[in-house]
Amino acid sequence: MSTASNETLDRWERQEYEHGFVTDIDADSLPPGLSEDVVRLISAKKNEPEFMLEWRLKAYRHFLTMTEPKWPNVDYPPINYQDIIYYSAPKKAGDGPKSLDEVDPKLIETYNKLGIPLAEQAILAGVAVDAVFDSVSVATTFKEKLSELGIIFCPFSEAVHNHPDLIKKYLGSIVPYSDNYFATLNSAVFSDGSFVFIPKGVRCPMELSTYFRINAKNTGQFERTLIIAEQGASVSYLEGCTAPMRDENQLHAAVVELVALDDAKIKYSTIQNWYPGDKDGVGGIYNFVTKRGKCQGRNSHISWTQVETGSAITWKYPSCILLGDNSVGEFYSVAMTNHRQQADTGTKMIHIGKNTKSTVISKGISAGFGQNTYRGMIKINKGAENARNFTQCDSMLLGDKCGAHTFPYIEVKNSTAQMEHEATTSKIGEDQMFYCNQRGISTEDAVSMIVNGFCKQVFRELPMEFAVEAQKLLEVSLEGSVG
Amino acid sequence: MLATTQETNAYDTHHNALTGDGVRGNPDWLCSIRKAAFARFNELGFPTTRHEEWQYTNVAPIAREQFRIGVAGIVPTADELSTFSLEEDCAARLVFIDGRFSTVHSAVASLPDGVTVCSLAEAIVTDGSPVASFLAKHATYEDQAFTALNTALLEDGAFVHVRKGTVLERPIHLLYWSTAPEELAASLPRNLIVAEESSQLTVVETYAGANGSSYFTNTVTELIAQDNAVVDHYKINREGDRAQHIGHLQVHQTRDSNVTAHAMTFGGSLVRNDIGTVLDGEGGECTFNGLYMLKGSQHVDNHLLVDHAKPRCDSREIFKGILDDSSRGVFTGRIIVRKDAQKTDGKQTNQNLLLSDDAKADSKPQLEIFADDVKCTHGATIGQVDSDAMFYLQSRGLCKEAARNLLVYAFASDCVSRVRIDSLRSQIETLLFDRLLEGQRPGEAT
Repeated sequence: MSTASNETLDRWERQEYEHGFVTDIDADSLPPGLSEDVVRLISAKKNEPEFMLEWRLKAYRHFLTMTEPKWPNVDYPPINYQDIIYYSAPKKAGDGPKSLDEVDPKLIETYNKLGIPLAEQAILAGVAVDAVFDSVSVATTFKEKLSELGIIFCPFSEAVHNHPDLIKKYLGSIVPYSDNYFATLNSAVFSDGSFVFIPKGVRCPMELSTYFRINAKNTGQFERTLIIAEQGASVSYLEGCTAPMRDENQLHAAVVELVALDDAKIKYSTIQNWYPGDKDGVGGIYNFVTKRGKCQGRNSHISWTQVETGSAITWKYPSCILLGDNSVGEFYSVAMTNHRQQADTGTKMIHIGKNTKSTVISKGISAGFGQNTYRGMIKINKGAENARNFTQCDSMLLGDKCGAHTFPYIEVKNSTAQMEHEATTSKIGEDQMFYCNQRGISTEDAVSMIVNGFCKQVFRELPMEFAVEAQKLLEVSLEGSVG
Repeated sequence: MLATTQETNAYDTHHNALTGDGVRGNPDWLCSIRKAAFARFNELGFPTTRHEEWQYTNVAPIAREQFRIGVAGIVPTADELSTFSLEEDCAARLVFIDGRFSTVHSAVASLPDGVTVCSLAEAIVTDGSPVASFLAKHATYEDQAFTALNTALLEDGAFVHVRKGTVLERPIHLLYWSTAPEELAASLPRNLIVAEESSQLTVVETYAGANGSSYFTNTVTELIAQDNAVVDHYKINREGDRAQHIGHLQVHQTRDSNVTAHAMTFGGSLVRNDIGTVLDGEGGECTFNGLYMLKGSQHVDNHLLVDHAKPRCDSREIFKGILDDSSRGVFTGRIIVRKDAQKTDGKQTNQNLLLSDDAKADSKPQLEIFADDVKCTHGATIGQVDSDAMFYLQSRGLCKEAARNLLVYAFASDCVSRVRIDSLRSQIETLLFDRLLEGQRPGEAT
């Protein structure tokens, strides 16, 4: 690469986090630390029924018996779980806002800075935003419209009160409280999250979306999302997030559970742009997430799409359990690491039912000192006749100090199964660059063009509003990375 | 860890006997290696499926048994061994019975100058032998319990040394026969192959043994290919039906060297092949080629590690598995490209054909890349015989089993055709056909 392009590169690599600002709102926080009392207090603060408290305590007691897993291909200093504040909610005037006017104007300002269309924009964009600001949901739009159709889209804490039967039935049915270290921690102390229920035969008329944002200093955010699509229902759910800049690493351990019954379809899209730490890897979010969907019914369909550009460490494997016959699981991912970011991400596709199909497309981009790992498991069980899997994971290296790693696990126990796995690692070719340059395209533009082309297969899967944002996000976070 | 002091007792006794004072074949340099390796083995213990590297292979059958070293069964006749030997004119044929060199069965023709082929035990006690400067330098035992065990108990095996500029055209054949006595026997052959600068050589290792009773083979081969050397290595596994075979081939390559290693596995009940190379010089090339054809409840685990430590090296891996009955084939391939190993070109392919509903295949093709100017790809497929191709062949009048055999043969021929020794290739083809015909179930004839 020429000197000129190296300069652009440097400039891009120096690019700092755009969304770094802290909103000054009084937070109603607990002192840092984790104990049985804290778990009880969180439950009490949220006025939870007895069964929730019991579930949390079960998780907490199990958590005490577990040790932190060390197998992922990431490096971070030990986390002191007693230094984390486990609950923080923005102070509310009275009983909570009933309309947008009642929402703290500073909060609205924050959203505006982030360009989130919460108020009128929301209607224009046709998006119902259940915005999670730190831990408590402060505004929910389009609720009436959705409830006419019987769709429940509300904060988790509300669902616990209003729909305890559904919560009892489905909470922990996909990710049990004993699943893994971080899921267990989440089960014990989860603050809030979203709950979506689409009744039989209903197609959700709009994209459901929620923005998670970590705000109060030192608050680990532990949200929990549960989406249930009944027979024949379909829903597309978007999750996007940005976080303010800060120096201490913040732990984020979320759990997402999806249940798709017969003929149901769930599409779950994520844009993750949390604070990745500065150039030297100081600060940044630890994003340790458990996401799992279960295609429980026949012909059900779960699709995960993710664009991961933020966080100091990303560690997550959105998975599908393909239990119902003819069910389909999909995973589309773009993971981008710059500076000192590390990502260990991928998916698990577990084929149990007959004629189940799964597709995995993963694109990893590493720049600066970034380390990007794809880790994926394809498991085809004995009864999964005619199961079919296609996996493609491509890595692109921008710069000579970054790394790209691929660790697929393929287990096949059925002879009628067909599975293919392909992986490639490459860099932007000098000839590609030269071609663009001689056509008058600047190196910077050419890089972003090529990278966007590289990710196109995934972006195509994103809902319209997100696709634009994703493209922009990628440009910002990778700017200047070809070496 | 499974290893307890009680379980390692048999190895303990043998290790003590080997490293005792005044024992022949125990020079100081070797004694310290043996002792260090044994200490490491005791620390590590036998691996369990909790280990990432042993996730799919359970070695409990080896760990829980008391295998003894030095027990022997019926020594085979020359006729029995002849089915395993190469018809080709070999430069040398060394036969090892239960891991020990057998002069009676071996034949060393007059070798060209600069070529040494002898037993390792002999080389160790020979004055001025280069063994000390190469042995146990490359097959590290820090993380590998079985290599540590082999190193701790190393005693005999083959030593092949080709000096600078020497070209040995005819292959060297090393045959390891296990007599499989009633008592559980273990043999731990240790081989050292050194190809000096610009030399060329071909080595065939055949592992075989009697059927019927369980025995344990733990073999380690170190292959050093110095600058510009060309080495072809073949490992043919035709172990007895109840054999437990753990093998480790560790290659070390320097500038412009070219190593091709083939691993063909047909026998044994539990087989693990660790194959590794360190490309430690620019312009090195390595090709790993493998075929495993399994039946019954055989379990074969091929574990490859290609370490691109220096720039401009090429590596190619192609492993194919044909799995019948309730057999299980495991493949792990890992390519590591170190920080400055630019212009690396690595390719890795694993393909599995499942012939029965109970067969299982696990594949872990991994890439770990720390340099940016590299071309690395890997691919893995698991599937069954293509039904369109079957239909086509049947529509042309082939019966079902002939069509299937033809397709399986075509699948395997990619690997078989790379075998450059004619007689060895036809031997492998015969094995392949025998296996295919055995695999036919009467019900399928219609």
